[in-house]
Amino acid sequence: MGGDPAGDINHEQHDFALWEKRVDALMVLASSVGLMNTDSLRRVLEDMGKESYETMSYYERWIASVSQNMVEAGAFSTAELADKMAQVKARGATYGDAT
Amino acid sequence: MPHDNHDTLSTSGHPYRKDDDTALSYWQVMEIAVRELLIEKGHITAVQVHDQINTMDARSPAHGAKVVAHAWCNPEFKLALLADAAQASRDMGFDIGPMHLIAVENTASVHNVVVCTLCSCYPRNLLGLPPDWYKSRAYRSRTVIEPRKVLSEFGVDIAQDVQVRVHDSTADMRYIVLPAQPARTRGLLENELAQWVTRDSMIGVGLPQAPN
Repeated sequence: MGGDPAGDINHEQHDFALWEKRVDALMVLASSVGLMNTDSLRRVLEDMGKESYETMSYYERWIASVSQNMVEAGAFSTAELADKMAQVKARGATYGDAT
Repeated sequence: MPHDNHDTLSTSGHPYRKDDDTALSYWQVMEIAVRELLIEKGHITAVQVHDQINTMDARSPAHGAKVVAHAWCNPEFKLALLADAAQASRDMGFDIGPMHLIAVENTASVHNVVVCTLCSCYPRNLLGLPPDWYKSRAYRSRTVIEPRKVLSEFGVDIAQDVQVRVHDSTADMRYIVLPAQPARTRGLLENELAQWVTRDSMIGVGLPQAPN
């Protein structure tokens, strides 16, 4: 990415939402117990390709990477993740309802 | 940055981001699911998640500013900081974690600026989480090819006879800029000096400024 042509720098700032802070915390904590590290976070982010930078936000990319890392580390299986996601989704229509 | 509509701003002056009152997104569902699975399986606890967020929220550029002001006041500490910024910061009581931290000094002949072309590596233990623009493609792409132009867009015009050094951070190696102490701050106390040290001056896209 360094050196690629790019447009103006956007100086807008947003406050981090709770779910974004939680993603950050999950990365730090999963790393602290040896389930992943910064390099493995990066590896999955890079595997996701350039398009993900256009279509996903920063912490969306991170949770995708953390999740993939947890499956690879054996913390849970893709089937368990799918089951849990279905349960979470059924709890309600907003993050507040589902969390 | 100035904002026009104060009704939509938080106390920190930033726009509120839609959070738990909008439609649940696929990635939010994934965050909840990953967190609950890690807790259920005993890898982490809910208390740890809560505490980690509090720790992160407590970090701010004020921490880095204390380190810089201490270096301005104490030549011996400044040498220690330039030799091993992580250890020198730990000696001041800041939790730096295992990362390597390098302090680079701005002088009359060199101006330093920090970027992470790979992603968003940032001295978060001393400055808090990186600002959005630091993570943007535009900043990461352009800072390494046209640093003077990027700096001028931040309002920092570097004279042609001053060398601009761009430092590309990595996961293991992070940089913090030790800005030059403004001449008109000579004689101020250390805690007064810290008020002059802005976040941007420690990234290199700003200069120390008189407090409001």
